[in-house]
Amino acid sequence: MIAVELRKMLLSRRTWVTILLIDALPTLVAILLAVTDLGPRPGTGPAFLSAVMTDGSLFPLAALGIVLPLFLPIAVALTAGEAIAGEGQQGTLRYVLVRPVGRTRLLVAKLVAVMSFVVVTVLVVAVTAYITGTLLLGQESLTTGTTSISGSSMSTQELVGRTMLALAYAMLCMLGIAAIALFLSTVTESPLGAALGCLAVLIASTLLLTLEAADPLKPYLLTRHWLAFVDLFRDPILWRDVLRGALLQGVYVVVFLAAGWANFTTKDVTV
Amino acid sequence: MIRTEGLTKRFGPVLAVDRLDLDVREGDVYGFLGANGSGKTTTVRMLLGLVLATSGSIEVMGRPMPRSAREVLPHVGALVEGPAAYSHLSGRANLALFDAMGPAGPRSSRARRVDDALDQVGLGGVDRRPVRTYSLGMRQRLGLALALLRQPRLLVLDEPTNGLDPQGIHEVRDLLLALNASGTTVFLSSHLLSEVGHLCSRVGVLDGGRMVVQEELAVLLQPTGRVVLTTPEPDTARALLDGRVDGSDGERLVVRDTDPASLNARLVAGGVPVTSLAEERRTLEDVVLEASRPGSDRWSRS
Repeated sequence: MIAVELRKMLLSRRTWVTILLIDALPTLVAILLAVTDLGPRPGTGPAFLSAVMTDGSLFPLAALGIVLPLFLPIAVALTAGEAIAGEGQQGTLRYVLVRPVGRTRLLVAKLVAVMSFVVVTVLVVAVTAYITGTLLLGQESLTTGTTSISGSSMSTQELVGRTMLALAYAMLCMLGIAAIALFLSTVTESPLGAALGCLAVLIASTLLLTLEAADPLKPYLLTRHWLAFVDLFRDPILWRDVLRGALLQGVYVVVFLAAGWANFTTKDVTV
Repeated sequence: MIRTEGLTKRFGPVLAVDRLDLDVREGDVYGFLGANGSGKTTTVRMLLGLVLATSGSIEVMGRPMPRSAREVLPHVGALVEGPAAYSHLSGRANLALFDAMGPAGPRSSRARRVDDALDQVGLGGVDRRPVRTYSLGMRQRLGLALALLRQPRLLVLDEPTNGLDPQGIHEVRDLLLALNASGTTVFLSSHLLSEVGHLCSRVGVLDGGRMVVQEELAVLLQPTGRVVLTTPEPDTARALLDGRVDGSDGERLVVRDTDPASLNARLVAGGVPVTSLAEERRTLEDVVLEASRPGSDRWSRS
């Protein structure tokens, strides 16, 4: 079933249009930066954006910082919200289930497909950003190495390793969103409803993070540590927020996947 | 083939199916009749494990459902409440995709299985257009092809001729009879009496969630013990048959008699010209209307 879901996702034109659109924003940013040479001052603007002015090979991380807060979660919410509710709306859910495909198996396959979408998107964004970054913004000489946020220099090997770690962290964050959208997708019959419900959670979390009165809630908010991947580029690596973020996402994933599973496996499929 | 005992489904306050005892035997073409909203589709969905019963038990092919869904459903082909497909893919691509789902058959023979199923429903020459461009009839045929994909031992079909033109209906009827002749049990849910009357060997009538009739069609439609005849001289005939005439309507007489041949001989011997004469049989419509209350999609004041 996983293979079938992957095939369905990869064969769908919408998947690739979405990826293209997501990829367009950081590319546009790279072009604008290259043309105008107006980077944000250090410490302001999206993560890494000031750093990339001197070193284009950091641009994949800047791109990640650009797509992670909104673009990527929207795409994930739409894709995962579609998972069960979309099949239901199309009427294909009943035919899938009587093949028979076990409900748990279907849920797992959908989750794997959504996560593959995330992996492909993140990789496409990272690779495009590396290419546009190094071409348009230039690259610091390989002998001196890349400068970390803390000012010390990193070897290329270190940079690649940490970038991979950052990508993995971003994917984990998206797994949290995917779990929520997938749960909602088993609850409602409308794919759009599931996606919007998930986005409401995302927006609420983002909003509460800016509110001082919400301080007691902050450690538990979904998006609290999403941008903590920046800490991976400090010297030494500041693990605290990354680990907390990973743990928090893990809890969200477990709770919502369990709820989605419990709901879907005991549900009357009347669509 | 299908046996339910006390099958009950409650959706909140609504009792959709009420203590249903269904008995479909191997080799049957079973007609599952009932008005809209009488619980047919809910029952079909319970048989297939889509809707979970509130109480009661289901056995399909001698195994409990939905517990044995993994073993049972690969031998069942289903068309539930209209066909459905991935509308951006072609019919062929849809079947190939569904074929790969669940306990998949060998991949090498997938294209052949898909072609066979399409041939059976008369879509063998279909091109690569996406399903979204299909007519209602083509979608219905594709839905049937999907049900036939695994050469099932049991076909569960909900309104299979919906959207088909008269030729299409005839084709599907022939197809189902041919499949039945080669050993496939067919469970046909419908509100079209003519369809069931033409196809089925046994019928069950559902009314308000309860089974009100379950019987061989031949038994239900057996002669009533009366003969209907028409004659240009009804009064002469009436006099000749002294009191055995139950009713008359112009030239048409209803006579209590179980032997049309001797009745005819007697009338002719008595000089009464007979233009038509036949045993009176109940129609399926009579049976269903007699057994059911007004349609359950009516909500009139009472």
